[in-house]
Amino acid sequence: MDLLNALVALANFVLIPALAYGSQLALGALGVTLIYAVLRFSNFAHGDTMAIGTMVTILATWALQSLGVSLGPLPTALLAIPFGIAGAAVLLLLTDRVVYRFYRAQKAKPVILVIVSMGVMFIYNGMTRFIIGPDDQSFADGERFLISARDFKAWSGLDEGLALKSTQAITVVTAIIVVAIVFWFLTHTRTGKSMRAYSDNEDLALLSGISPETVVRVTWIIVAALAVVAGTLYGLDKSYKPFTYFQLLLPIFASAIVGGIGSPVGAIAGGFVIAFSEVLFTYAWKKVLGYLLPETLQPDGLVQLLSTDYKFAVSFVILIIVLLFRPTGLFRGKSV
Amino acid sequence: MRTLALFALVAALILGTGVLQSWNSALIILNMGLVSAIMALGVNLQWGLAGLFNVGVMGFVALGGLAVVLTSTAPVPQAWTAGGARIIAALILGAASITLGAVAWRTLHRGRRGLAVAVIAVLGFVAFRWVLDPAVEAVEAVNPAATGYLGGLGLPVLLAWPVGGLLAAGVAWVIGKTALGLRSDYLAIATLGIAEIVIAVLKNEDWLARGVKNVIGLPRPLPYEIDLQGSPVFAGRADALGLDVTTASTLYVKLGYSVLFSAVLIAVLVLAQLALTSPWGRMMRAIRDNEEAAEAMGKDVTARHLQVFILGSVLCGIAGAMMTTLDGQLTPSSYQPLRYTFLIWVMVILGGSGNNLGAVLGGFLVWFLWVQVEPIGQWVMQIATSGMAAESALRVHLLESVQHMRLLTMGIILLVVLRFAPRGLLPEK
Repeated sequence: MDLLNALVALANFVLIPALAYGSQLALGALGVTLIYAVLRFSNFAHGDTMAIGTMVTILATWALQSLGVSLGPLPTALLAIPFGIAGAAVLLLLTDRVVYRFYRAQKAKPVILVIVSMGVMFIYNGMTRFIIGPDDQSFADGERFLISARDFKAWSGLDEGLALKSTQAITVVTAIIVVAIVFWFLTHTRTGKSMRAYSDNEDLALLSGISPETVVRVTWIIVAALAVVAGTLYGLDKSYKPFTYFQLLLPIFASAIVGGIGSPVGAIAGGFVIAFSEVLFTYAWKKVLGYLLPETLQPDGLVQLLSTDYKFAVSFVILIIVLLFRPTGLFRGKSV
Repeated sequence: MRTLALFALVAALILGTGVLQSWNSALIILNMGLVSAIMALGVNLQWGLAGLFNVGVMGFVALGGLAVVLTSTAPVPQAWTAGGARIIAALILGAASITLGAVAWRTLHRGRRGLAVAVIAVLGFVAFRWVLDPAVEAVEAVNPAATGYLGGLGLPVLLAWPVGGLLAAGVAWVIGKTALGLRSDYLAIATLGIAEIVIAVLKNEDWLARGVKNVIGLPRPLPYEIDLQGSPVFAGRADALGLDVTTASTLYVKLGYSVLFSAVLIAVLVLAQLALTSPWGRMMRAIRDNEEAAEAMGKDVTARHLQVFILGSVLCGIAGAMMTTLDGQLTPSSYQPLRYTFLIWVMVILGGSGNNLGAVLGGFLVWFLWVQVEPIGQWVMQIATSGMAAESALRVHLLESVQHMRLLTMGIILLVVLRFAPRGLLPEK
C-alpha cells in the first residue's frame, strides 16, 4: 500500500508535471533547432516569439469568449491557436523580409545574426508589453481537472490523490500530434525533404534546384506554429507572463544543445531531459520517502536538493556537462 | 573631428537636460552614463577586440553589487558566532569536492572515472548541504528583520570597486574555462545562464546579502546631504553661490560621484586605449580577424580569449560595484537582463565596436535615450491621441503603455545601426 502511495505521489508531483513541461520545452527547442538547421544561427528572439504569438492567441480567445464560442470542457484557447499561428507567421515572415534576408544575402557570420536576433527580441518584447502589458494574464477555461485528487482517492482507496489537470493532458496530446506532423512533413513531403537537404548542404541543395527563399519561408511558418503551440500550452498549464517566456530561453537552448543543436529528434529528447532533471532536483522528496522508508529513517527536512528558484541552475549545469564532455549533444547535432 | 562633434552633442544633450528639466536630473543621467560607459568598455574589450559574445553582463554587474555589501557593510557578530565558521567550512568543502572531482577525471583511467566522479559529486553535494543547511538556518534567524545575514567586512566602500572586479574575474574564469574554445554562440548561452544563476543566488541566499529583503543604507564614500545641510560652512558657501542649501547639498553629492566616476572612467579608458594599440592589442585583433592564421603563428587562441574575457568581465564588475554604491542599496530583483545586458550591447554596437571612445560615446548616448524616451514618448502620444475622447479606453491604454516604448526604440536603434552603419557612430580605425 505504501509503495502504491509513493508511486502515486511520484506520478502526481514529478512524472506528470515533468512530462507536460518537457513537451512544452521540446516544442520550443524544436523551433530553435529548426532555425539553427536552416538559417544557421541561435535565435535569441524565440522566447519573445512565443510570447507574442501566445498574446495573439489570448486576444483571439477573449474575442471568441465574448462571442460566446466555447469548446465545452476543452479550453477555448485551442480554437484560437490558428489565429495565433497566423499572426506569428505573418510577423516572422515580415521580420525575415525586413531584417534577416539582408544578412543572409551578405552571408554574414552567424554571430552577427545572433546580435540581430537580439534587436528583434527587443522589438517583440516591446510590442508584447505595449499591447497586452507586462502582467500575468489568465485565459484558461473549460474543465480544470481530468481526474481530481478527491475522485481518485475515493476510487482507489489510497491516501494519496492523483490529480491530472486537463491542461497537462492537452499539452502532452497536442505535443505528440504536432511533433508527428512536423516529422511527417520533414521526411515525407517534397518541401520537407528540400528543407533537410538545404540544412545538410546548402550549396548542393542550391545546385539541385531547391529555392532557398521557399525553404526559409516554410521554416519560419513551421517555427511560428511550434512557438505558438508551445507558448499557448505553457500559458494554459502555468500562466502567461511575457517575462517568463523570455526566461524560458535558457531551458529551451539547453534542451536544443543537450539533444544536439540542429537535430529535431535531439531537441525533443533534450526537452524531456531538461524538464525531468529540473523537476527531480527541485522536488521536495519528503512525501515520497515518507511512504517508502521505515518509521526510524523518516527524513526531518524537505529532502529538496535545490530550491525551486534554482531550476535554471539545473538546466545550466546539464548544459555545461554536455558542453564539456559531448559538445555536439546526445544526437550529434551540427557544429559550425 | 567626428569624435569631438559627437561628444559635444552628448554634452549638449546633458546640459540641455540641466537647463530644461533640472540640474539634478542632468547629474543623475551623467552619473549613470559614466557607469554605463565603463560597462560598455568592458563589453567592447570582449566583443570589439576579441569577438567574444558575452550576454551575461547582468551577472557580472550584480556580482559587483554583491561586492559592495560584502566589503563595506558592518559585520554581524551574532550571525558569525551562530554559523559563520560553519558556512565557510561548507563553502570550502564544496570547492574541495569540485576540485577532487576534476582531479579524479584527469588522473583516473577512462573506464572507471565516470563512476568515480559521479560518486564524488553526489557525496560532495550531500556533505555540503549537511554542513551548510543548519548554519544557514542559524544565521538567517539572527534578527531577520534588520540583519539575518553575515554582513560584510566593514571596510571603506571604495575598496568594494576592485573587489567587485575580482569577484567578476573569478566567475568569468569558470565560464571561460568551460565555454571558450567551443562555438561562438555556446559562450553566449553559457553567459546567459550564469547571469540568471548569479541573480538567483542573490535572491535566495539570505545569509549572503539578505536576498529579496535587500540591503539598504550602504556606506557612502561621500557625506550625506543631511550633514551638509547642518554644516554652517556649507550653508555659507551655498548662499554665496546663490543656491538654497537643500539643492546645493544634493548637487554637491552628485557632483562628487561624477568626479569619482570620471576618474575611474578616464583610468579605464587610458588603459583600454593602451591595450588596443599595444602588441597585445594587435595580437587580439589578429586572432579576432582570423583565428586559424593566428593559431598557425603559434598564438594560444583559447588562452588569449580567456584573458580578454576575464578583463572585460572585471570592468563590468567594477562598474556594477560603482552603480550599487551610487544607489546606496542592493536590490537583487531590480536586475533585469534587458536593462543590464542587452542595453549595454546596444551601447557598444551604436558607439562602434572595436573603438573604445565609441563605446564610451554609446554608453552616454544610449543611456540618455533610455532615460528620455519615456517623457518624449509620453509627449508624442499625448499629441497623437489628443483627437480621441479623454476617457476612450484606447487612449488610456496607449498612454499607460508609453513606458514600453523604450524597448521598442532600443530594438529599432540596434537593427538600424547594424543594417546601415554596422561599424557604429565611431568606426574602428
